[in-house]
Amino acid sequence: MNILRKKSAANLPFSETAIELFIRLCGISSIIFVFGIFFFVFREGAGFLFNGLDLGQFLTSVEWQPTSLNNKRYGAFALIVGTFSVTILAMCIAVPFGLGAAIFVSEFCSPKLRETFKIIIELLAAIPSVVWGFIGLTLMNQLIIAVFNAPIGLTMLNGSIMLALMSVPIIVSIAEDALKAVPDSYREAAEALGATRWQVVYRVLLPAAKNGLLAAVLLGAARSIGETMAVLMATGHSVNIPSGPLSWIRTLTATIAAELGEVARGDEHYQVLFIIGILLFTITFVVNLIADLVIKGIRQDS
Amino acid sequence: MKTNSQNGSQMTPIIEVTDLRVHYGDKLALKGVSFDVYQNEILGIIGPAQSGKTTLLKVINRTLEFTPDATIEGSVKLDGEDISTISDVYGLRRRIGMVQPLPVGLPLSIYDNVAFAPRTAGIRSKSELDVIVERCLQQAALWEEVKERLNTLGTQLSGGQQQRLTIARALSHQPEILCLDEFSIAVDPVTTMRIEEVLKTLRTEMTILLVTNLVQQAKRLANRTAFFLNGDLIEIDTTDIIFSENPAEQATYDYVNGTFG
Repeated sequence: MNILRKKSAANLPFSETAIELFIRLCGISSIIFVFGIFFFVFREGAGFLFNGLDLGQFLTSVEWQPTSLNNKRYGAFALIVGTFSVTILAMCIAVPFGLGAAIFVSEFCSPKLRETFKIIIELLAAIPSVVWGFIGLTLMNQLIIAVFNAPIGLTMLNGSIMLALMSVPIIVSIAEDALKAVPDSYREAAEALGATRWQVVYRVLLPAAKNGLLAAVLLGAARSIGETMAVLMATGHSVNIPSGPLSWIRTLTATIAAELGEVARGDEHYQVLFIIGILLFTITFVVNLIADLVIKGIRQDS
Repeated sequence: MKTNSQNGSQMTPIIEVTDLRVHYGDKLALKGVSFDVYQNEILGIIGPAQSGKTTLLKVINRTLEFTPDATIEGSVKLDGEDISTISDVYGLRRRIGMVQPLPVGLPLSIYDNVAFAPRTAGIRSKSELDVIVERCLQQAALWEEVKERLNTLGTQLSGGQQQRLTIARALSHQPEILCLDEFSIAVDPVTTMRIEEVLKTLRTEMTILLVTNLVQQAKRLANRTAFFLNGDLIEIDTTDIIFSENPAEQATYDYVNGTFG
């Protein structure tokens, strides 16, 4: 077999071999990039991670004082809580809206309206995150102050709404694809049994498309966890364990973005920021792993 | 065209179709057909592909409305009531059981498949549903094979079992009319014969519209047979006459005897 292949490869014109090599490189490169990123992030943070950093303090302390002269503290607990709380609240907003919009677009609206909607939703996905941050900083800030009578509008709620607006397009487009992938014969069969359109949706389509819908939600969540600029601008960027939606918070990503430019390369603070990077890497890895396992579990069920 | 009925079926029409025309966009799929269906008969509907048989069934349970560019003219009366004026279209669809050519096991358990229509109609009580599920699966000759595993997915059954499941499901809302659209396409001959036995017993309880690609199936089961060709109703008469040496139309004779189609 091997000999045969070699022989045929030798007979191939040079351009064919070159293209094959190029495509192979493209395929391998994605793996190389992921490992490369992990390697360099890890290398920058590893020195302090294994030698000097109190990992217990890093994960449980709320004191983040990297620039203090005589009392340096690297406690990332508040940042972790900040990232998770803003993401969870964002998902609480984005999932019902996103799935609802996907159901509407795929099942209830006319074909003409559907095209318009899809264009608008794609437009929404194309807005840069700094623009969302700007909207949060100005418009949503005023709105939250006015509605909740809060002293300041740059809060977890503000950041969550921005993140929700950014994840909704992803959730809608993937969830809509998942619903469209359900064969029409299911709809027809259910309708012939006298089901109303809403009954068709929640008794047949949602169970049939649950895999894709879950993927939509998890990808939306992944977008929220990784988002930096909008949360940096909209959440108040203040180290704090939130007591409610109107508390200000700081996230892991925003911390790296805000502080990395001001540290000396190679010192402790610099390395801690990379350790936060490793932590983010781990979190997204775990989320993706859970998503894979859940989806695999569902596949085996059906 | 004159129709007559024998074989002991009653003369009350349950469905009256008058000058029914259906367009898909510019294409005429049914070209003005008129006929009656009598209570408790099996009406066989035969004809080659593209002759409007499936369209006819979709008109009767008003699922053609989901096809965006389909327009319907003429009238279809169910128990004397024009179906286009019935406001409770979901209720109408529950009066008509529909079995599709390829079995569509909804992605639900066997139990939930059969309980689907009763639940949409608002039946919640578990004991009531249990009774319905058992009755329908018995009627569809499937109960003995699945009674131990009602909670497994319907899609895991074999093709023939799935088709009987769809029949059980179509019976679950106690329809007055059962429409079968080429049910034996995906079913082996033995299962086909079992389902045919089921249909013979169901005749006493309901009216059956049997669209079939197997001419002999109509001969075996139907009291009367209608022959459709290219959207026209060529002939409708008792099965004996349609399958005799001298039906009214030459095309009927040719089709039934396999000269074309």
